[in-house]
Amino acid sequence: MQYLVSVIDDTAGLATPEEMAAIDAFNDRLQAEGHWVFAGGLGSPSSATVIDSRGGEAIFTDGPFVESKEYLAGFWVIEAADLDVALKLAAEGSKHCNRKVEVRPFLDE
Amino acid sequence: MSQIDVQEAVTQAHHEEWARVVAALTRRFGDLDIAEEAAAEAFATAVGRWPADGVPPNPGAWLTTTAHRKAIDRIRRENKRDDKQKEAQMLYDGDPPGPLGAIDDERLRLIFTCCHPALAMETRVALTLRMVAGLTMPEIARAFLAQESAVGRRITRAKAKIKEARIPYRVPSAEDLPARVSGVLAVLFLVFNEGYLATGPGTDPVRHDLTAEAIRLTRLIRALMPQDGEVAGLLALMLLTEARRTARVSAAGELVTLGEQDRGTWDAALIAEGHRLVRERLAAGVAPGRYQILAAISAVHTFARDAADTDWSQVVALYDQLVRLDPSPIVALNRAIAVAEIDGPEAALAAVDRLEDKLAGYHAYHATRADLLRRLGRSQKSRAAYDKAIELAGNTAETAYLTRRRNQLG
Repeated sequence: MQYLVSVIDDTAGLATPEEMAAIDAFNDRLQAEGHWVFAGGLGSPSSATVIDSRGGEAIFTDGPFVESKEYLAGFWVIEAADLDVALKLAAEGSKHCNRKVEVRPFLDE
Repeated sequence: MSQIDVQEAVTQAHHEEWARVVAALTRRFGDLDIAEEAAAEAFATAVGRWPADGVPPNPGAWLTTTAHRKAIDRIRRENKRDDKQKEAQMLYDGDPPGPLGAIDDERLRLIFTCCHPALAMETRVALTLRMVAGLTMPEIARAFLAQESAVGRRITRAKAKIKEARIPYRVPSAEDLPARVSGVLAVLFLVFNEGYLATGPGTDPVRHDLTAEAIRLTRLIRALMPQDGEVAGLLALMLLTEARRTARVSAAGELVTLGEQDRGTWDAALIAEGHRLVRERLAAGVAPGRYQILAAISAVHTFARDAADTDWSQVVALYDQLVRLDPSPIVALNRAIAVAEIDGPEAALAAVDRLEDKLAGYHAYHATRADLLRRLGRSQKSRAAYDKAIELAGNTAETAYLTRRRNQLG
C-alpha cells in the first residue's frame, strides 16, 4: 500500500540547512526500512503553470490552480502496510521537515 | 412460543449477538459495510422467520451463519467477488493467528478500529454505537443531539475512509495502546450513558444491555491496561452508577432522583468495587483525569448513607477540578446543581441561565432550571421550563417524572 505524504507550507521560506539535513536523515531511514518510494521538494507556487487542454487547444495560465495561504511544498511517496504505519512515518516526517503534512492513500489499482 | 416471546428473543439476540456478528463478518470479509449490512439483513430475516420456524437453539450461530450467507449473496450479486477479496486484504489484520489469551475479544478489535485517531471523535462515537453497540441511527442521533441524516452520512464516510485509507482491523500494539485508549473510553462512556438514560420511545428507560456492555468492555480494557488511571476511573464511575440502576426507576416507571432513591436497594457489591477503584487511584498519587474525578464525585454520593449526609462541598470542589480539565457547558450545568445545595437555588439558577446559548436544545438544562425555579416558588416560569424539558426528553421514566413534577406545581 502506498501513501502520499504532502508537505504543507504556509511560509515563504525554503527549508533551512538544518531542516534539509534532518530530511536527508529521515530519507535514509525510510530507505533502510523499506518504506521509501519517492520524494521531492517543489519550487514555489509562483513558479507554477496551469495547462488546460480540454477544449482542444492548450491554454496556459501563469500561477497555481488555486491561490491559498497554504500550499504543497514537497512530498513523500511511502510504502506502508496500513494507515497506522503511514501515520507514524508521517508524524516523523513532519518533525524532520518542520512542516505540517497530510497523508492520503493511493487508490489500490 | 407467543409472538411477544419471539420478539423478545430477537431483541435479546440483537443485544447479545450484534457486535459478535459484525466483528466476525468484518474479520471474514474485511469490510465494515458488508458486515453491517449483512448483520442487519440477518436480524431482519430472524424477525420474519422465527415466528413461524421457532427460535433456533443457538441464535448467535444462526445469525452468524445467516449473515455470512447474506454477505456472500451480496458479493455475488455485485459480481465483484475478486474485487471484494482484494478489499478483504485492505482491512488489514496484523495479529498473528493462534491463541491470544484473554484479550482476544473480537469486539475489542472492532472497537479499536471504530475508535481510530484518524477518524474525528464524533465519528468514532457514532461508528462504535452502530457497529459495536448495535444502536440504530435515530438512537445515535439522540445520543449526539444531532440530525439522523447527518449521523448516517458520518458513518458512511467513516466506513469509506477505513477501507480506502486502510485503517487496520486490530488491537493496537502495547506501545500505541495508551494513546488509543482515551478515544475508546470516551466512546464507552457515551454507550454507557445511552444505556443508563435510554432515549428510544419504545425502549426501557434503563437499557441494562448497554450499560452491561459498556462495563464489560471497560473491564476488558482494564485487564489490558491495569495501570491506566482513566480506565480504572471510568470503570469505577460506571460501577457506582450501575449500582444505583434499580433504585433509579420506580415501580410505576418513573425516574427517581438521587436524593429520593431508596439507598438500601443500591448494589453494595458494585459500590464496594467502585470505591476500591477510587481508593486505588487516590493512592496512586497521580493527577486524576476526568473519569477519575467523575468517579470520585460518584463515590462521595454513594458514600453518604442518607442523601442529607452528602458532602456537597466536596462535590463542588471536585467539579471545580473537573471544570479546569473540561470547561464544557454540561460540566458547568452539573456543577450548578451541586452549588444549589450549598449556596441555594438562586445562585445556581444564575449559573445555569448563563448556559442558555449552548444548552437550549438539551433537556437536562431545562429540567434543572425547572427544578430550581420550582424551589424558588416561581411556578409559572418553572412550568414553562418543565414543558420544554418534557418536549426534549427522550427517556420514558424521565418524561413521567417531569410530567408529575410539572402537574404538582401550584
